[in-house]
Amino acid sequence: MMAAGTNMAVDRLVAEFADRPKSPSWLGELRDAGLARFSELGFPTTRHEDWRFTNMKPLTELPFQLDVAGAADGLNGALFTGLEGPQLVFVNGKFSDELSAVGELPEGVVVGSVAAALADGSDLQDCLSRQVRNGADSFAALNTAFFADGALVRVPEGVTVEAPIRVYFLNTAETDGATANIRSLITAGAGSSVTVIESWTGGGAAYFNNVITEIDAGDNASVEHVKFQDEGAAAFHVAGLHCTLGRDCRAAHHSIALGGRLARNNIRAWLDGEGLECVLNGLYLTEREQLIDHHMVVEHAKPHGDSHEYFNGILDDASRGVFHGRIHVHKGADKTDAKQTNKNLLLSDRAQVDTKPQLEIYADDVKCTHGATVGQMPPEQIFYLRTRGLSEAEARRMLMHAFAGEIIERIECEPVREELDRLVWDRLEANPHISETVKT
Amino acid sequence: MLEIKNLWAGVEGKEILKGVNLSIAAGEVHAIMGPNGSGKSTLAQVLAGRDGYDISDGSVAFDGEDLLELAPEVRTRAGMFLAFQYPVEIPGVNTTYFLRSSVNAVRKHHGKDELSAVEFIKLMRAKIQLLELDESLLKRSVNEGFSGGEKKRAEILAMALLEPRMAVLDETDSGLDIDALKIVANGVNQLRREDNAQLVITHYQRLLDYIVPDFVHVLHDGRIVKTGGKELAHELEEKGYDWITNGELQTA
Repeated sequence: MMAAGTNMAVDRLVAEFADRPKSPSWLGELRDAGLARFSELGFPTTRHEDWRFTNMKPLTELPFQLDVAGAADGLNGALFTGLEGPQLVFVNGKFSDELSAVGELPEGVVVGSVAAALADGSDLQDCLSRQVRNGADSFAALNTAFFADGALVRVPEGVTVEAPIRVYFLNTAETDGATANIRSLITAGAGSSVTVIESWTGGGAAYFNNVITEIDAGDNASVEHVKFQDEGAAAFHVAGLHCTLGRDCRAAHHSIALGGRLARNNIRAWLDGEGLECVLNGLYLTEREQLIDHHMVVEHAKPHGDSHEYFNGILDDASRGVFHGRIHVHKGADKTDAKQTNKNLLLSDRAQVDTKPQLEIYADDVKCTHGATVGQMPPEQIFYLRTRGLSEAEARRMLMHAFAGEIIERIECEPVREELDRLVWDRLEANPHISETVKT
Repeated sequence: MLEIKNLWAGVEGKEILKGVNLSIAAGEVHAIMGPNGSGKSTLAQVLAGRDGYDISDGSVAFDGEDLLELAPEVRTRAGMFLAFQYPVEIPGVNTTYFLRSSVNAVRKHHGKDELSAVEFIKLMRAKIQLLELDESLLKRSVNEGFSGGEKKRAEILAMALLEPRMAVLDETDSGLDIDALKIVANGVNQLRREDNAQLVITHYQRLLDYIVPDFVHVLHDGRIVKTGGKELAHELEEKGYDWITNGELQTA
């Protein structure tokens, strides 16, 4: 059941579809199917179990305008620009040739734009839409119908890409409702190794980034994916990360979520091989009336898989955080070791967190733990720091930093970790509530 | 240096310390021994300033100042130090950063310049050798994932860096094997000077073979019931605490 308002929003988007390019034919079929599914599902309402805590109504009220052209002079003030390695820049969802610099790559490695690859006739049939399993949700379906571009990273079997691949998504739209459907594809062949850093920033308009990123990590591959989300204060950011992980692979996704008016992250990990390790690691800092939502489903399909989810949130003003973590251990996925924790610090009486860990286990001999906390800093830690000469305010600041640092320190790519640590610390320091709050 | 007079303290209406008297002068090492529940750890916590204890009577003067009036951090800056029985793990706080902040808080209190990161690392390198600590430990989060022995050695490292005038060591020997115990004791002994003092709290005499006290006090049911020289510790080891507690009952 859809409300009338959402229906109109769906109609407005569907009407745009007729003009979309539909070639090659396999892609045209995918897009048609995406549109059909989106028309059928519509935008979710809070009556939908997966959207109970996150009301998308403000999004559906936007005057959607697809693919608003944009320009940017450069990456002024962006993070990680001092780093070596390939740099891709997308402005309002479209690849910017001028601002991107790929440089030399190991043989067989592809780093570029999905749209350009499709235009060149590259066959992306093997990876596009492959990781979106269990039926696309409405945003994934919308994305498939409409996506214009996104990052393409392909690393062949056995190849290591040393330098992190940096991908910047800038949104410079000045009109509310500017909508970009962005589709990125990352494939890491068996035994390969790659680090991808995404940065999401934008201006003050109420733009909408609807993102799908697909990651296919082969057997023994090693993938680190860092997402720094610092969208404009009025922006809507809905992002699905769909991954399939192979045998003995090591994959880590880090979500550093600071921006946007409403940011929803749908993380879907399909653990499709034995002996792999999957880390989902996130930090969200919210203020004003922001809402940041991480909605995860980890599917343990094979035995001896380890998955760890660590999410910490610091929430101020009347902002909200949502954590949903479902671990689904399939029949036969014995010796699974799954752990999830969600910890939240509230800096204001009006801030709110909805946290919902969920375990579904159909296998034997599994280790699954989950825990969630909402509240204040541990008094025994504050006392310990005070007995070492630090004032109570200093102790609180240090613990706040630690609370964020605990997540950031899991990022293996050192220069990225250090820059994020500094930035997060500066943000926390700038918050007038840090030292005096969380006292009951 | 430290004057504890008729100290009564308890939690939620239950008295734990029932009139402790203790006087420690510069250059002295005192040991407090006692069975479980005698109030040893309460005494340490009260001296460090933990919340939640009601002090119903008595006084504690540190260098003539009313210690009980001071906030925990001010006690430390003024030279009072507690090595915890159970050092607290603080995930996400880097050990080196934490120790430098601690040293600088104390230096600032004494009107000294703060140490830069480089100056501090130099100082710290000199001190960790004393405790045979692995430098990689200091890059980790405070006490997180440290073994029991590493935690206790890290406490003594903090003590070595802060150079307190009065150090209270609360069950520093608990959970240590004999090698770790020797290292910790050796570290503590090297910090001993004419102008500072140490109060060693322990259940067992074992530690006192390595940190040799000038005075041994036996705490029982919230009071010091016997005081002697270092030989008292051996006597206790041989005869057990029953010797004291029964003896006390007989004279009562």
